[in-house]
Amino acid sequence: MKYKSQKVAYWFFALSMLLLVLQITYGFIMGFARIGMDGMHDFIPFNTARAVHTNLLVVWLLSGFMGAAYYIIPEEAQRELVSVKLAYVQLISLALVGVTAIVGYHFNYWEGRKFLEIPRPLDYLVVLNVLLFLGLILVTLFKGKRKTTTALVLSMGLLFAALLYLPGMLPFDSQVMDSFFRWWVVHLWVEGVWELIMGGILSFLLIKLTGVDREVIEKWLYVIVGITFLSGVLGTGHHYYYIGVNKIWLIVGGIFSALEPLAFMAMALFAVNMYRKGEKKHPNTLALYWTLGSAIISFVGAGLLGFAHTLPQTNLYTHGTLVTAMHAHLAFWGAYAMIVLAIISYSLPNLTGRKLYESPRGLAAFWLANIGMVGMTIAFGVAGVVQVYLERRLGMEFMEVQKEISIHFVVLILCATIFTTGIILYIIDFYKYGKPSDEALEQSAE
Amino acid sequence: MLSKKQARAFFLGGTTVTFLIFIGLTIFSFSKEQDQSNYEAITDQVVRGKTLWEKNNCMGCHTLLGEGAYYAPELTKVIDRRGENYIKAVLMNPVPWQPNDRKMVAYGFSEQEADDLIAFFDWIDDIDLNGFDRIVSPLAKDKINN
Repeated sequence: MKYKSQKVAYWFFALSMLLLVLQITYGFIMGFARIGMDGMHDFIPFNTARAVHTNLLVVWLLSGFMGAAYYIIPEEAQRELVSVKLAYVQLISLALVGVTAIVGYHFNYWEGRKFLEIPRPLDYLVVLNVLLFLGLILVTLFKGKRKTTTALVLSMGLLFAALLYLPGMLPFDSQVMDSFFRWWVVHLWVEGVWELIMGGILSFLLIKLTGVDREVIEKWLYVIVGITFLSGVLGTGHHYYYIGVNKIWLIVGGIFSALEPLAFMAMALFAVNMYRKGEKKHPNTLALYWTLGSAIISFVGAGLLGFAHTLPQTNLYTHGTLVTAMHAHLAFWGAYAMIVLAIISYSLPNLTGRKLYESPRGLAAFWLANIGMVGMTIAFGVAGVVQVYLERRLGMEFMEVQKEISIHFVVLILCATIFTTGIILYIIDFYKYGKPSDEALEQSAE
Repeated sequence: MLSKKQARAFFLGGTTVTFLIFIGLTIFSFSKEQDQSNYEAITDQVVRGKTLWEKNNCMGCHTLLGEGAYYAPELTKVIDRRGENYIKAVLMNPVPWQPNDRKMVAYGFSEQEADDLIAFFDWIDDIDLNGFDRIVSPLAKDKINN
């Protein structure tokens, strides 16, 4: 690392790892409940496990993005963070708000709005926390020696993510309007501004790992985020087909959602081409695996599998079924989880000074986690398609269908075990690196 | 070949234009003439039902308007399928309801709360869902076919 204050990133990454383990644990609780083993029902009913599972995902990814920003921004702006102390305050308050929310879910303290279950009073604390974070990042960038496109795109993504949290806090009497504006947050986050964050991190990693000229990488970064917004903003329409709003969304959502895979395809082609073009061989091959993996898997998970059910004619049957869970798992894994794991893999050797580049454990972690997640996606997919056919075409009762498809959840749990093995290996590696050290200053292989 | 400046203009221009269209379509969707949700029919009781729906995170298992967690049945058109009495019995049950071995949390709602939730479902049932209601409810489909 080049700046002492980058060390703060390590603790955000550590928080991410901890929350990821918890997220997986709650995933298992749900998986077992689906095959009838719901011994935890009295303490952790399905709706609690589900809220915890999805919210932990959001919090660990945000913590990862924040860590990434604290690592990347000083290096891009060529100066120390404006205040390390406040960054730690922000870290601790993030952890506290997250933990309070998660504990609250076990005691019926929530809002019951899919993905945005955090109760209103805690929402305000989230806003304060994110404002503090943005303040630190933006002031550092503003005072910095240079303002690179990579840093700007990353910061813009973080800023818009914060602004877009607000529509989710508006109160509505109508369930339809509630849903409508909830997607302003959820969709415009994951299929909009989070892609800016992903693009920013991806471009930073490609600059460092491939040695391709910054100007070339950043030019294509603009093109990609341009396509993302061009398709993604109006693509929000695919959430509006069947929730009680105008039919115009069937046309608008259908057309623009069909364009959404292009953004992800561009991202994948961009990453692979830059890698091929690069003349520098960075020794950190693990980081390269995660980086290219993220770009490719996000194209499959978010792009292709998303398109598999966003045409209105298909979505009429798949809306509200496990097909959505199929797409969601691989999309989040590829686009966001893997990019966070990539920046962690890249930065850990630089933060700690230990260059464990050739770790067989790290490689096994990559393959096991990916094979496991692809298997889980297939299990969800088969379950989803069977559910659609039996329930929506043949008109069978919901629970009868659930019994028919429960075998696929056994497969899901098996694949999830492979996935979890991979994640555990990754975390062992994380632990083996040890804590960040000032001795690591200046000795990073850029 | 495309320059960086042109690439930036494409990004900023494209984003601004699509976002403006998006806002425009949102305003259009919620204009009075385009309302498909019977907004005017929302009573205090419906709002109380919605609050209960949210406070207990029903969406954490069920789906409504196709949105939720796919662990428990879709509740759009549930009154058509099950009838009010059945739904009330489930909602007021002090022990976990367990159809086909899958447990629901025993909420033990009061009669008034159960009525509020039914009013909420009743309002939901009248929303024009662009055809989705026929897919999620075989009964609704039969009604239309006959």
